[in-house]
Amino acid sequence: MPVVPRVLVQEAPFDMGAETAALFAGRADVGGLASFLGICRGDGGLVAMTLEHYPGMTERALRRIAEEACARWPLTGCTVIHRHGRLVPGDPIVLVLTASAHRVAALDSCAFLIDWLKTKAPFWKSEEFAGGTTRWVEAKAEDDEAAARWGR
Amino acid sequence: MKVLYFAWVRQKVGAAEEDVSPPPEVRDVAGLIAWLATRSPGHAAAFADARQLRAAVNQEFAPPDAPVAPGDEVAFFPPVTGG
Repeated sequence: MPVVPRVLVQEAPFDMGAETAALFAGRADVGGLASFLGICRGDGGLVAMTLEHYPGMTERALRRIAEEACARWPLTGCTVIHRHGRLVPGDPIVLVLTASAHRVAALDSCAFLIDWLKTKAPFWKSEEFAGGTTRWVEAKAEDDEAAARWGR
Repeated sequence: MKVLYFAWVRQKVGAAEEDVSPPPEVRDVAGLIAWLATRSPGHAAAFADARQLRAAVNQEFAPPDAPVAPGDEVAFFPPVTGG
């Protein structure tokens, strides 16, 4: 029976330490845990980034991607938290945690999750620069290629 | 039919959502795009290049030939950029 992933879409910050501990505290079947923390970068005078999402569909899409990871790898736990709203450089955006008895399942499923959610979850980033100009981030071909290496 | 717009599609249309009643000959996503583009100059700008658009029907990603029907929730947006 695949594990049921924990999936959250929220404006508020998340507690990476507490989320990590929740995946192995008090249990003896977890041998490793992989994590990816996506952080807002301040390139080229960027002062903020606003993430728009599609309430309802975004949660469904993330849940489906997380369930796919839980079906493909023998995970003991899986957490995906993605923020929306206005974020400034240094703010965490997305957290992916995968736990398993062995490292390969944890590491591979974590990479899979971040590759797929970049191309299959409805979020759109608008960048805001010093002086007030804004720009929608364009999708990158290399993100599609990264997602494609996991098949469909 | 409820139509939702996100990101620059929303900005160009000038609305986040609208209720529309397309004529019966509008049967799929591509047909809906062509019909919506006639509604206003903002719509025309948003739908000018269908290659830059993605769609969802009832919260599932949908190709241009996906059917649409009264009562559906259809969304238009640029390629996604989360993560």
